Amino acid sequence: MAAQARVGETTYTTPSDRELVTTRAFDAPRDLVWEAWTSPEHLPNWLLGPEGWTMPVCESDLRVGGAWHFVWQSDADGSEMGMTGEYKEIAPPERLVSTQSWGGDWPETLNTLVFTEEDGLTVMTQTILYPSQEARDAALATGMQQGMDAGFSRLDAYLETL
Amino acid sequence: MAADPLSATFAALASPTRRAILARLADGPATVTELRAPFEISGPAVSKHLRVLEGAGLIERSREAQWRPARLDAAPLKEVSEWTDGFRGFWDPSYDRLDTYLNELKEKRHGRTGKSR
Repeated sequence: MAAQARVGETTYTTPSDRELVTTRAFDAPRDLVWEAWTSPEHLPNWLLGPEGWTMPVCESDLRVGGAWHFVWQSDADGSEMGMTGEYKEIAPPERLVSTQSWGGDWPETLNTLVFTEEDGLTVMTQTILYPSQEARDAALATGMQQGMDAGFSRLDAYLETL
Repeated sequence: MAADPLSATFAALASPTRRAILARLADGPATVTELRAPFEISGPAVSKHLRVLEGAGLIERSREAQWRPARLDAAPLKEVSEWTDGFRGFWDPSYDRLDTYLNELKEKRHGRTGKSR
C-alpha cells in the first residue's frame, strides 16, 4: 500500500532498480492540474526548478508522437539547459506518457504521469523509468538517495566541501 | 567550448568510468597510469575518457610534464550540483510553485464563473 499522498510534501521512492517514483497531492480539481501540467501557457509559470531560472522555450505538440522541447536559462550567467521528448500516450485528465532526454549520452527515460482524484484532492504519481539501474543512479547524481555507485558517493562528499 | 556547457558536463558525467575517474581526482592529481589501475581498461581508453572530461572543462592537464597529470576542475560540477541538487532540487521548488499557481488559477476560474451567473 502506497503512503498517503499529501499536499505540500513530495514522496520519492525507488520501487524497482530502474524506477524513480514521485508522489504528491494538489489541492485543485484534476482537470486544472492536468491543464497546468500540459499547457505551454502554464508550464513556464511553475516548472522552473530552483530559484534563479526561467523557461524561455516551452514548445509542446500535445498529441501521440508529438514532440516537446523545454529550455531553462540561468539568471546568473545565462547558461541554458534543454530537455526534449515525445508523447507516447495521452488520456486527459488522467494519464500522460512521454519520453524525456537531456541530450548527449544522457539516457532517455520513459515518464508516466498519473492523476487520480481522492477526497477532493488530485494525487499525482510520476514514474520515471530509466534504461538501467546505473542510469537511474547517475540521474540521482548529487546524492539524494541510496544506491549510488561508490565513485559517485565519493564525488558527492567532495562536492559538499566546495 | 560547447555552446551549452551544462549539457557538456551532463554528457561527460553520463559514463560511470568517467565519474570514477573524477572521484579519484578528487583525492589529488593523477597520471594516466595511476588512473587506469583500478579499471580493466587500456591506457588509450583512459586517455579518451580524459579528453572528454577535459572538453567539458571538468579536468585540467599539465602541458609541461610528459606524463601530464590530470587535475580536477570542480567549477562545472558545482554548476551541475546547483542545477540538480539531487532530483529533488528541481522538483520540490517546482511543485511548491505549482501549489501557488493552482490557487491563482482556481481564483481566476471562480471569478469568471461568478460573472457569468
